[in-house]
Amino acid sequence: MATPSIAVARPAPSRFPRPGGARAFVERLRSGDEIAHLITLIFASTILFLTAWLVYELWVHSALPRQTFGLGFLTASTWDPVFEHFGALPFIYGTVVTSALGLLIAVPIGVGAAIFLAELAPHGISEALTFSIELLAAVPSVIIGLLGIFVLVPILRKVVEPFLKATLGFLPFFQGPAFGIGFLAAGLILAIMVVPFIISISRGILLAVPTEQREAALALGATKWESTWKVVVPYARTGIMGSVFLALARALGETMAVTMVIGNDPKISASLFAPGYTIAAAIANEFTEATGDLHLQALIELGLVLFFLTILINAFGRILILVTTRKGTSRE
Amino acid sequence: MATLQGMSAMEKTPTKMEPDEVSKPSNGRPQPKLLVSALNFFYGKRQALLDVTIQIPENRITGLIGPSGCGKSTFLRTLNRMYEIVPHARAEGRIELDGQNLMELDAMEVRRRVGMVFQKSNPFPKSIFDNVAFGLRVNRIVRRGELHEAVERSLRRAALWDEVKDSLHDSAYKLSGGQQQRLCIARALAVDPEVLLLDEPCSALDPIATAKIEELLFGLKKLCTVVLVTHNMQQAARVADVTGFFLLGRLIEFNTTEVIFKTPASRQTEDYITGRFG
Amino acid sequence: MSPRLVWRKSVSVMMLSLTGVCALAGVSVLLFILGYLLWYGGKYINWDFVTQLPKPVGETGGGMANAIVGSAKLLLLAALTGVPVGFFGGVYLSEFGGKTFAFLVRYTTDLLNGVPSIVMGIFAYTVVVLPMRHFSTLAGGLALGVMMIPIAVRSTEEFLRAIPTALREGALALGASKWKTIVKVVIPAAAGGIVTGIMLDLARVAGETAPLIFTSFNNRFWSSGWNQPIASLPVMIYTYALGPYDDWHRQAWAAGLILLLLVLAANIVARTVLARRSTAREM
Repeated sequence: MATPSIAVARPAPSRFPRPGGARAFVERLRSGDEIAHLITLIFASTILFLTAWLVYELWVHSALPRQTFGLGFLTASTWDPVFEHFGALPFIYGTVVTSALGLLIAVPIGVGAAIFLAELAPHGISEALTFSIELLAAVPSVIIGLLGIFVLVPILRKVVEPFLKATLGFLPFFQGPAFGIGFLAAGLILAIMVVPFIISISRGILLAVPTEQREAALALGATKWESTWKVVVPYARTGIMGSVFLALARALGETMAVTMVIGNDPKISASLFAPGYTIAAAIANEFTEATGDLHLQALIELGLVLFFLTILINAFGRILILVTTRKGTSRE
Repeated sequence: MATLQGMSAMEKTPTKMEPDEVSKPSNGRPQPKLLVSALNFFYGKRQALLDVTIQIPENRITGLIGPSGCGKSTFLRTLNRMYEIVPHARAEGRIELDGQNLMELDAMEVRRRVGMVFQKSNPFPKSIFDNVAFGLRVNRIVRRGELHEAVERSLRRAALWDEVKDSLHDSAYKLSGGQQQRLCIARALAVDPEVLLLDEPCSALDPIATAKIEELLFGLKKLCTVVLVTHNMQQAARVADVTGFFLLGRLIEFNTTEVIFKTPASRQTEDYITGRFG
Repeated sequence: MSPRLVWRKSVSVMMLSLTGVCALAGVSVLLFILGYLLWYGGKYINWDFVTQLPKPVGETGGGMANAIVGSAKLLLLAALTGVPVGFFGGVYLSEFGGKTFAFLVRYTTDLLNGVPSIVMGIFAYTVVVLPMRHFSTLAGGLALGVMMIPIAVRSTEEFLRAIPTALREGALALGASKWKTIVKVVIPAAAGGIVTGIMLDLARVAGETAPLIFTSFNNRFWSSGWNQPIASLPVMIYTYALGPYDDWHRQAWAAGLILLLLVLAANIVARTVLARRSTAREM
């Protein structure tokens, strides 16, 4: 589903009265209630089991590089399948740089659009625009990548990168030959992919800000913008941060579109024009070509790193959203 | 208070004022601070106020009473043009603030001059200091160096200073309900409004907190004109100098509080204040 | 008006207009993607494309019939594995769940939803491809199926919860047992929403590429069985887009258009149904 599920786990009151006692139990057993309970419980437990199994598989199948390289795996910067030297740093660097760049572009646009949709646009227009933005979130990653290589990359190579070089070329980020493919392209693609998430979640959080807050500011003579920027947005700040973390988790794990435009070169370069590599792209590209066990397991260990990174950021983002939506008007 | 007595309407619809009578108050009597004539108000097609005409005297507490849904809160929101944030809301008629047409002034300017305190206390999730300073900062009323002084003055006026002077930079949410409401009053007072509108400010408070706010209101009328909407008749009887009774969007009767509660002219007013209403 | 007020009001108008520009930017990206694919992909879609197999490398023409059928087979497998777990899990959370255990299940589901799709691919690889020693349709279907679980669980739970307690009490008062009430009253009442939620879920995994490239892999021919590699639209788009031939690029555009239209159509239908249901409930 394209709408990010921001529902957060909460305790659920039982909808049915549940008499106790052994006789009642036998009664329920005969009526089939306990059997139905058991069947659904088994399926629910499957989810826990699958998640545990997933972690176990990743852990067991990455034992070899963990024994060989230890923590050095995360800090070494050579990735050479021929000599079997595997260091993940270039991938971690590429993942962090492209995600940061993506957020740098996506957050202002996303929050701005969310403000427009929640505070300004009339209800009907807001619903229609939100609908299309959620459709944008549903566009498959491989299609964004397709447009990335055939439309975005040529524009970057011919127009944007020469322009940046001419104007901001004194900065280390904007030096070197303009390939088109590289960190900049990947960052832009990621921005397009996470913007719908930021808009959709932030809009919901802004809409949940009590009207009294806006009234209080306006009644003091504040303009619409002052009320929005100095009162409504600060009120929703934690929740918006939460949406940014969810977007970050998504950007870190995004595979196909990035693989198609980043250039796939395990190098650490300061220039955003240079080709690079991300964790997810490395797994996607090298998995079927991995020759030795060590290479394959090093790729699985990359997957393990990515798993923990995204899970942590995701969990943190959800907590932030939970905290904001529970905040009351008068007292905490 | 001859003017007020003259204004009390015997009919359901208050008599309209002659323009001359309105603009030239007699000497020695309270000046009308706000002057509303033939105000009609609509939410889309539904009419919420019918032909309301009223003079709100300066430096007095005006109480507005009536059953819920009678239009008293809507009326209050026309006085600082807060109704404009509701889509499809529309006001017709004339409202004058010191003789100036309120509708022709700038809405932000009006709201700075006519402050408002809401039913539910609504401090911003900021520190106590920043709450009070908010209006001063956006309106740039005082210079940076005088900000602290102005905040202190407002908190003293709202009788909150002694309770919070050591915790100015704590979150406003740490205050009790009554303190939060007084903080909202201090925040509204900080920009030196000429009129202060209070929309059932004590409806969520306990009797002790309510008593504190009522006490504070007596002091406030020296500083500004106070308009208090309440569904609590005892409160109106205790604090208001003049009282208006609203029913179904009409101003039924407007007179000194004493007259309203002792010898109301209208049968409907009498039914309401004696609890026989409905 | 004072100059300061004029300034403040101009800032307000300017900044609020900027937020409008941001919103328009978001929407225009969607319109651009859709327009570009319609224009470019539309030119290369023909009858051969949907009925023919890919031509040998270097020859032009041919189609992606095997990839279209392959995607359908993978989705069928995904639904068979993911939907039962998601559906019954959702029923448990809504109807039977206690406090602690249900909280644990819910939280884990949310976390599972955040696992990158490529990691799901690794999982399917280690549990199916490694033991079988070759890529297979089963492995791809399993990867997509696991990806479907979180949203299936949460949307089933949400729709069941939306059924008013009065309806359950009514059935219980007639002497129906709890599970009969759930099966005969609660689930039928929520069925429309649950099916729509699963449709959105399928639309999401239909476009997934990352978990397929090393599980179901690719196949230039018709797949001969469930334990053989199989072609799918997303993997075809990926392979053809990065390939060196112009004819491949054209086919990638055509396949992209087909995939995009399928995914968007499923989304629009499902969301319209959901929106209509929720307004009906409000009235």
